[in-house]
Amino acid sequence: MSLLELRDVEVIYQRRDGAPVPAVAGASLDVEAGEIVGLVGETGCGKTSLARAAVGLVPIASGTVAFEGRPVHVLSRRARPARERRLQLVFQNPYESINPRRTVGAQVADAFAIGRTVPRSKWRQGVDDLLQRVGLPASISRRFPHQLSGGQRQRIAIARALAADPSMIVLDEPLSALDASVQAQVANLLVELARDLQVGMLLISHDLAIVRHVAHRTAVMYLGLVVETAPTAELWKAPKHPYTKALIASIPHADGAGHLPAALSGEIPDPARPPAGCRFHPRCSRVMDKCRTEAPQLVAKEAGRAVACWLYEELMVHDQVGGREARS
Amino acid sequence: MTTLLSVEDLRVWLDTASGPLSIVDAISFEIGVGQVFGLAGESGSGKTITALALLGLLPPGARASGAAILDGRDLLTMRAAQRRRTRGREIAMVFQDPMSSLHPMLTIERQLTEHMRYQLGMSGAEARRRAVELLTDVRIPDPEAAMRAYPHQFSGGMRQRIQIAISLACDPRLLVADEPTTALDVTVQAGILHLLHRLCREKDLAVMLITHDLGVLSALADTVTVMYAGRIVESGPTIQVMGRPRHPYTRGLVDSLPHPEAKDRVLVPIAGDPASPESRPAGCAFHPRCRYVEPACSTDVPVLIQVDDGRGMACPVDPLVAGLKR
Repeated sequence: MSLLELRDVEVIYQRRDGAPVPAVAGASLDVEAGEIVGLVGETGCGKTSLARAAVGLVPIASGTVAFEGRPVHVLSRRARPARERRLQLVFQNPYESINPRRTVGAQVADAFAIGRTVPRSKWRQGVDDLLQRVGLPASISRRFPHQLSGGQRQRIAIARALAADPSMIVLDEPLSALDASVQAQVANLLVELARDLQVGMLLISHDLAIVRHVAHRTAVMYLGLVVETAPTAELWKAPKHPYTKALIASIPHADGAGHLPAALSGEIPDPARPPAGCRFHPRCSRVMDKCRTEAPQLVAKEAGRAVACWLYEELMVHDQVGGREARS
Repeated sequence: MTTLLSVEDLRVWLDTASGPLSIVDAISFEIGVGQVFGLAGESGSGKTITALALLGLLPPGARASGAAILDGRDLLTMRAAQRRRTRGREIAMVFQDPMSSLHPMLTIERQLTEHMRYQLGMSGAEARRRAVELLTDVRIPDPEAAMRAYPHQFSGGMRQRIQIAISLACDPRLLVADEPTTALDVTVQAGILHLLHRLCREKDLAVMLITHDLGVLSALADTVTVMYAGRIVESGPTIQVMGRPRHPYTRGLVDSLPHPEAKDRVLVPIAGDPASPESRPAGCAFHPRCRYVEPACSTDVPVLIQVDDGRGMACPVDPLVAGLKR
């Protein structure tokens, strides 16, 4: 059993007029304790919807979301079950996710009050410890959010999530609002926290390069589906899905060599009217006849790697046929 | 290289309740005809304000001094009427977010043809013909249909292409592009970079490319100028500045970036936060975050000095020299 298990999750939004939009169309994903899983993809691929489904912020149309072996409830007006407080979410923009009118120390202590995890007399000490944990001086607890830099605010958001003593944190684009030099600080902090506290993390990002440095495993989403998952190092060394290859090739390198990154032709289709067969086939450079009609499944190819692409399906079928011939 | 724009000793202040606040502090640079001039820096470094000063678009309360010479005329002191003619015809600008710079309630045709008719005195039919040409040029599929559409009907990448088409309508010689790909996905960004690269080649267009993304600069810029807290800290050919960064700040920036090909390298962040204009440290503004800081750094403002490999450096403690000493 994984810490967080998403199985064939579908998230469907209803447009006021017209067809329902399946933002997530049957995605599966696991996160283990102490593991950082990166979830990458372009705008509109459904990564944020999947993250929200993982913490119960949006209802799922089908599939299952399980945290520590039990289903995650969709957030309602009533308080969420205490055990689900160990599943936390950090938002993209620390300028908007923190209350501007209260001191940051008070906001971090909120979780102590709600969870009743720390007696009131120890709140101050608890806040100081958490601030230190995320690399901030204790003196900062009396300040207001506007007195802090973007990086410090994102650290506060992380400290606030940690205050609930989580075993799993879902982070939605936690680094993209930060300057480059500060981004690296927070990225390194996430790696430390996952290692030291054995917290599982699901890191949503459109920035593949930063995910590469942070995540143990990476899942690539395209138009509502996970198309490839692999240990991060292997994904970079040998991406299998043509979409993963295109994503990696489109990252510009800051090496001064003057190489233009490779462009991917076409646009992301409307998720309400996805292409038949493989959803990537209209933009794929290696499209085959089969891709236009039949959708490939996400199939495990080797240890820890899975890919949804007929190119590899063909290879596997070929191997099996070869095996059968050898036996007969 | 023929110089197109020459900026000398540009300073920008913002009038605040507690007196004038220096945003851009005595920077000088040149942009050549058909050259891509990259301007890098973090938020608050003054890179966008520099561009706004050149275009005469500074916010109320901001003042600029110095000179910015384009064709023998100073952009900073020219009259409003002349500036309106220059802007659009000689210099055009592309902003980060096309959704907020395109008018949401006007058709693409209206937005594309309006200033051609105003600036170039074209007839409606002429402007329409040219608009379709421009949309074709920036690779908008089905330009005729696009003319009748509204901005919300396009994706972010397509909107940015439309914005570029509008900026090119009067054949400017300098395009100021402020974070033109920051709001876009990498795959879409790559397409815009290819487009800008082709336009520079075909039209001999100079681009002032302002971005915090060193990867984008590496791909497109001929020269890179790095700003920190309102001053230039390093500038030179891209291959030198990005390939072998020498100023401690530039080196720190490059080291803190995730490199797509580096093998499991740990990110080395720069300690501390970028200096905001309200609290810029004395001396070299980078000294509180610098690994190679020496006592003089906290009092003396370093001068941008040309070093022999063609780059300018504003650091008296050259890290290579410091490394040798150790």
